Amino acid sequence: MTANHWIQIFLFVGVLLATVKPLGWFMSRVFQGQPCGLDRVLGPIERLFYRLAGVDPKSEMRWKSYAFAVMLFSVLGFAFVYLILRLQDRLPLNPQGFSANTPDSAFNTAVSFATNTNWQGYGGETTMSYLSQMLALSVQNFVSAATGIAVLIAVIRGFTRRSVETIGNFWVDLTRSTVYVLLPLSIVLALALVSQGVVQNFQPYQSVALVQPISMDEPVIGAGGTPSVDAEGNAITQKKVISEQQLPMGPAASQIAIKQLGTNGGGYFNVNSAHPYENPTPMSNFLQVLSILLIPGALCWTFGDMVGDRLQGWAILIAMLVIFVPLVIGVVGAEQSGVPSQIAMGVDEVASDMQSGGNMEGKELRFGIVNSGIWAAATTAASNGSVNSMHDSYTPLGGLVPMWLMQLGEVVFGGVGSGLYGMLMFAIVAVFVAGLMVGRTPEYLGKKIEAYEMKMAALVILIPPLVVLIGTAVAVSGLGLDYASGEDVKGNLNNPGAHGYSEVLYAFSSAGNNNGSAFAGLTANEPFYNSALGIAMWISRFWLMIPVLAIAGSLARKKYTPAGAGTLPTHNTLFVVLLVGAVLLVGALTFVPALALGPIVEHLQMTAM
Amino acid sequence: MNAHFRPCLVLLTLLTLLTGVAYPALITAVAQAVFHHQANGSVIMREGKAVGSDFIGQAFDGPRYFWSRPSATGPTSYNGAASSGSNLGPTNPALLDAIKGRVEVIRAAHPNETKSVPVDLVTASASGLDPHISPAAAEYQVGRVANARGLSEERVRELIAGNTEGRTFGALGEPCVNVLRLNLSLDTEGGNQE
Repeated sequence: MTANHWIQIFLFVGVLLATVKPLGWFMSRVFQGQPCGLDRVLGPIERLFYRLAGVDPKSEMRWKSYAFAVMLFSVLGFAFVYLILRLQDRLPLNPQGFSANTPDSAFNTAVSFATNTNWQGYGGETTMSYLSQMLALSVQNFVSAATGIAVLIAVIRGFTRRSVETIGNFWVDLTRSTVYVLLPLSIVLALALVSQGVVQNFQPYQSVALVQPISMDEPVIGAGGTPSVDAEGNAITQKKVISEQQLPMGPAASQIAIKQLGTNGGGYFNVNSAHPYENPTPMSNFLQVLSILLIPGALCWTFGDMVGDRLQGWAILIAMLVIFVPLVIGVVGAEQSGVPSQIAMGVDEVASDMQSGGNMEGKELRFGIVNSGIWAAATTAASNGSVNSMHDSYTPLGGLVPMWLMQLGEVVFGGVGSGLYGMLMFAIVAVFVAGLMVGRTPEYLGKKIEAYEMKMAALVILIPPLVVLIGTAVAVSGLGLDYASGEDVKGNLNNPGAHGYSEVLYAFSSAGNNNGSAFAGLTANEPFYNSALGIAMWISRFWLMIPVLAIAGSLARKKYTPAGAGTLPTHNTLFVVLLVGAVLLVGALTFVPALALGPIVEHLQMTAM
Repeated sequence: MNAHFRPCLVLLTLLTLLTGVAYPALITAVAQAVFHHQANGSVIMREGKAVGSDFIGQAFDGPRYFWSRPSATGPTSYNGAASSGSNLGPTNPALLDAIKGRVEVIRAAHPNETKSVPVDLVTASASGLDPHISPAAAEYQVGRVANARGLSEERVRELIAGNTEGRTFGALGEPCVNVLRLNLSLDTEGGNQE
């Protein structure tokens, strides 16, 4: 770790903390229907939407009705994305003439975007038309994020309301999240990104003349359309001189802004935010990585404000930071140490004023080690899943950090809305455990936590690990190891040994926690993974949202219980320790065996090489 | 429950129009008006001809040019239409063999350099389109390029300095040298011909 590493980490965390209060305050006003400063401009749009949709913003829903609305909206959104991807060859704004996505790929991408996972099974610049990027992907980036925020706000209402049956109106929460929070922030960020060099246009790809033409060996294709071979069976090649380069174009900045702010993460280009047109400068990188944690961080403040005790929000945020910051330092340290066998070959991996050094395979020079590491931790702490470096090429321990952050259940910041409601489930478990120790009925924020809440919270906490571990087991038992490509059978894994297994474990950890990042060497755009990961994403999104809303309904119905002598205060250090303990213990106990087979074995192999 | 169908359909339609049509259209309009150069790919022009972009690297392997990082795009390196990293893990023999081969090529081309090879010269970037090399990697190649072009090493170092971007505000990112820009300024500089 160099001095500059500490400066960049400190800057990132510092600026993030400075945004928590202003944005948290703003969102608190938005979700309580109070004037927020943008009403004059956006109010007319909001009211027009309600009028056309026949929504009475004052009429509220019970939890089951709210959950039904969420599901219906998500299923419809899924169907719409699927249709566009299947029909993109017949729709406009397709200057590169891309064909329709295959059914399994379209299914996977549609589930992925409707569940706010944004697992990227496709390569953007080689498969997606401009229309698909806008109408299918950008729209779900907005509304799936807004859905997550809406459900969180419903849960917060569960804590603040007393003896009532309703938890708010989903259509209002959805509209206000999109129109007042996500849209204005996206406009600002998109324009800032364009100023740095992110492309935003509707032109076809541009051709430029290479300064130095390069030659390549091209296989000679015989009469039958198959590559020709010589007498010894080797492919015959011919020299081909390449003198032009294609520059990919399109409306990228508008998509990328919401991809970061909505913790979506599905990239415009294949390599996501490592692409120089998606993330051209250190400044664009800083803005993007800040945007990943911006809303999840500020929502903690919103939560504290809405429940009437801001310290409650800070306690949750501090618990998140206590887990997050050491893991950032861990991944940066691991990557900076480099790879012993490379150093032995005469490669200089020492950090100096002249180079960042470290393990630079799969990393961009302008980001170096520290910005790659901060991003890897932030994108997996939040359920964002965008990348600015290739996690598959990380050192074993460096790659373990993002994997484990996902396996913790995406509650350290987590997805917009979904991260905090996931963390509140852990808070319920923490006060319950504390209650058991002193033999009293636990309470949280003035509400008694009883058997029903505990059952639902346990479901929320246990379903994702179940999906991850069963999915990984099924895949490595054979189904996920080989796939048919034309007449050949090819391997899905890009790396041998323990690292290949890590690719599979990472994929299911990502889908099973709605993250979306990948050890991208895994060939996942084929029927088995497209289907299995699609199902994993669906279960982990909605089988969690429904019990969470059930808790919201149950809490709203309860009376207020004033704090007594035996109540555990939930805004102090003791609570932070208990909460962090609950998250880490569940995460460690569930996943240590699985991690031991992958990154830990690989680490031992690497140091022994 | 049936009461939900109308709001659901109507709101999905309206939000699609707002965030999928109006929003990208607004951003494009403003971007094209205010940041025309950046929004269209920051293309570098020489004598009326587009020769590249500030942000998209190109492959260089000739003796008269500074070399870019290895690239994992296919079928050729630095294929702008299909970004890709190698996704090879640190213990993968394929990666170690590739790095070993690259070290040998670099060493053979720079017989006078005795130092270890800077890591970015032998590892593929995440995008396969990385426009930069480190100042260390540029310094490593100074002798070869100066020799091939008949320029003094001081002059070549001045050109490197002119195409080096420091950390933003002295803190963010890493110092890096734009390879395409550097090679273009070498071509303008002249020196002896091939």
